[in-house]
Amino acid sequence: MHRTGELYGQFQTLDQQRESATLGMWVFLVTEILFFGGLFLTYTINRHAYGVAFGVGSNTLDLKLGGFNTAVLIASSFTMAMAVWASQTGRKTQVTVFLILTLILGSTFLGIKVVEYAQKFEHHLVPGQGFDISYHSQNPSATDTPREIAAEKEELEKAFSRDPYLNSHAQLYFSLYFGMTGLHALHMVVGAGLLIWLIRQSIRGRFTPDYNTPVELIGLYWHFVDIVWIYLFPLLYLIDRHK
Amino acid sequence: MSEHIVSPKIYAVIGSTLLLFTGITVYAAYVDLGPLNIVVALAIATFKATLVVLYFMHLRYSPKRTQLVIIAGVFWLAVMLFMTLSDYITRA
Repeated sequence: MHRTGELYGQFQTLDQQRESATLGMWVFLVTEILFFGGLFLTYTINRHAYGVAFGVGSNTLDLKLGGFNTAVLIASSFTMAMAVWASQTGRKTQVTVFLILTLILGSTFLGIKVVEYAQKFEHHLVPGQGFDISYHSQNPSATDTPREIAAEKEELEKAFSRDPYLNSHAQLYFSLYFGMTGLHALHMVVGAGLLIWLIRQSIRGRFTPDYNTPVELIGLYWHFVDIVWIYLFPLLYLIDRHK
Repeated sequence: MSEHIVSPKIYAVIGSTLLLFTGITVYAAYVDLGPLNIVVALAIATFKATLVVLYFMHLRYSPKRTQLVIIAGVFWLAVMLFMTLSDYITRA
């Protein structure tokens, strides 16, 4: 492989070689647009058809955790970009440091997602048998204030009057919630694995201004996964918050 | 090496802008704009995504050929969304 950034026979210059590697990653990312695009399309159709249920579903999500996670991913994109910069300017130790920071931030994101998913299971918001959009309002936890519980019950009453099949339609929302954030989380896990590989290579001093292609390419992948979340966050967490 | 090196300062400015607009999109979600809520949310998200693509992913400093590939991908997505929606929204 490109251990020392040597020029391969089919390329005329190192720049051309590097650009073709980057282009390859971009083409892969376009296929990722196709991949996630299908789910975003499904979301669009279902939200258009079942707007009330989507609003109710969205309001069950913890906005603090979701917002914090968004900030975490943005920070991780920053540290990833810094890792690329460090590799371009020959700062070998900083490459490793920034990659580790990116991994920590990505792991934080995943940890918070685990907490969020656990909440969904507790509140009977997992599609399938046992799904009950009213469960939480009828079985509030100790930390819910009476005002919050009353507001939730009122919201559900209004929603059921507008959509008698609210419970079924809410399952569509949560199917998409788990499907889209799950696919996104899977991509994050893959990204974390790539980062671990990258960190090990970086510790061995492999990345120099002459050869940092793996850092750049995995950086592109990481930024793309961030962009998917940039869209997921408002579409899943911010529906009908003003109501 | 002709690759363009983007300075950490630019990364910091872009990163801060992304965080700022995250806050703005959350705030806007609590304002009743009727049908405009979704438009605003998507517009902000697209603005943030564009910043990530142009600066974090270096597309601004990439060859036109690479830029064309991404534009093609986004165009494909737009066609899929538009054509499918044009069916559903015009149903009786």
